[in-house]
Amino acid sequence: MKVKQIAVFLENRKGRLCDFAKILHEANINIKGMYIADTTDYGILRVITNDNDKAMKVLKENGFNTTVTELIGFKVADKPGEMHKVLKLLNDSNVDISYLYSYSELGSNQAAILIKVEDNDFVSKLLLSNNVEPFIEN
Amino acid sequence: MIYDIKNETMKREDMENLQLEKFKKILHYVYKNVPYYKNKYDLAGFHPSMVKTLNDIKKVPFTEKSDLRDAYPYGLLAVPTSQLKRIHASSGTSGKPTVVCYTENDMEVWTECCARVCVAAGLTSDDIVQVSFGYGLFTGALGMHQGASRVGAAIIPASSGNTERQAMLLKDLKATALVSTPSYALHIAEIARKLGYDIKKDFNLKLGLFGSEASSEEMHIEIAKQLNLFTTDNYGLSEVIGPGVSGECRKKKGMHINEDHFYPELINSDTLEPVKSGEVGELVLTTLTKNAMPVIRYRTKDICKLDYSPCECGRTTVRMSKILGRSDDMLIIRGVNVFPSQIESVIMDIPEIGSQYEIIVTRENNMDRLEVRVEVADASLLTDYKKLMDLSNKVKHNLRVVLQIDAHVKLVEPLSLKRFEGKANRVTDLRKKS
Repeated sequence: MKVKQIAVFLENRKGRLCDFAKILHEANINIKGMYIADTTDYGILRVITNDNDKAMKVLKENGFNTTVTELIGFKVADKPGEMHKVLKLLNDSNVDISYLYSYSELGSNQAAILIKVEDNDFVSKLLLSNNVEPFIEN
Repeated sequence: MIYDIKNETMKREDMENLQLEKFKKILHYVYKNVPYYKNKYDLAGFHPSMVKTLNDIKKVPFTEKSDLRDAYPYGLLAVPTSQLKRIHASSGTSGKPTVVCYTENDMEVWTECCARVCVAAGLTSDDIVQVSFGYGLFTGALGMHQGASRVGAAIIPASSGNTERQAMLLKDLKATALVSTPSYALHIAEIARKLGYDIKKDFNLKLGLFGSEASSEEMHIEIAKQLNLFTTDNYGLSEVIGPGVSGECRKKKGMHINEDHFYPELINSDTLEPVKSGEVGELVLTTLTKNAMPVIRYRTKDICKLDYSPCECGRTTVRMSKILGRSDDMLIIRGVNVFPSQIESVIMDIPEIGSQYEIIVTRENNMDRLEVRVEVADASLLTDYKKLMDLSNKVKHNLRVVLQIDAHVKLVEPLSLKRFEGKANRVTDLRKKS
């Protein structure tokens, strides 16, 4: 249920996101999920790849500042109300979500949801005991 | 009007005789009373008795800002602290401020010199003066406050900041004169217009006494137009006394130096030799009459010209041109002296950021803006935005403690700032040259 994510410090200037993607491309690393919010000067790019160790290595070589964070990943069915069910469960157990993003694989009828919470062990157990389907990558 | 006819209209020859006598006296005074000067002069093989003519002054070792830093806080005092009446401070080149002290005599000299500057600008006892310099350790506000007060004007000690209120006070209290930095005067004008004031109708301003940052003639013309007043420039620095060193008269053909108190020289910053008559050079000042902390041949690092010809206003005191530049890397931001070395000392103390930095100064809406770019070095902060914001707030806070002004802190990627192999050039000043 725990998913490793790489966080990359990215300045908000033209071409920087493209530079980042190029480095992973040249190292033949696949980007599974990726998320960045709009900010003024800089952003934290959050990315899940098929080979985090290698990604960290090539990014560091190219001067990027990176760190690894563990997220909780789960799957929800692609229909109304499914997301609400899980979020309600978390809310009822007083779990704070610092951020969340999702991605769906083409042709799948499920979406992968990734959340950053304080206590990963507690949330994993909570979700599993309530039959939420875990999402496992890398 | 001339405040002190005797001293401001003296014949050149008399002035030179007076200056020589005072110079000799102050040299013996510091040699006897300030061990720092004695040691320095002994080491340099100089003795006050070597000065017999004004021409001999070039033998006297210079005093620099670093001397004031090394002697922090009281190492240059010539009197016991019990005799002090006032202590001010300005920003130093690194963490510690530069402390300057005044005895009762010094306060009198200072007040008198500021009064001369005020009168030369055209201030009278009928005026209502709004002082929009920051009150506090900074010498500008209290110096001009005392001078205008001596002239007999009414003072509004508005201090700086809260510009809407500044504009309201100018209007409601019918102030006739404004003391501020030239850039702040423009900012006040802009805010006043935003508030819907008709400056020509609503304001009663006649005179502006602007100082504490270099300004061009063009800027003065702009201020005169926007605030509908007569502008004058004045000059001073806290190491010497504060404001009151020199100021423009109504002819506006240079700032009259109160040279019976401050002996001016111009040197070549590289050779340290006097420049030829009429040439541009670095201004060196000696306080001839201060008791607490006299400075001898103080290198101001300000570049200007001197004109010894008598002025149409009747004064014979030497006139200095507007400041044409600096011989060091000091920046003046919103009237405050900022040395890149101060910023560097703050950066070096914060382990989460790298040791490289860039300083960018711009002017937005007539206000100086200081941006400091630093590299994020600690990757563990990338887990959430709050940690990065805490970091930039920490840098901003620490800069504020040292600089006394707010900086915009921009976090950038590691290794993205310029690296220098030779002399580092980390400062970009994009303000219109003024």
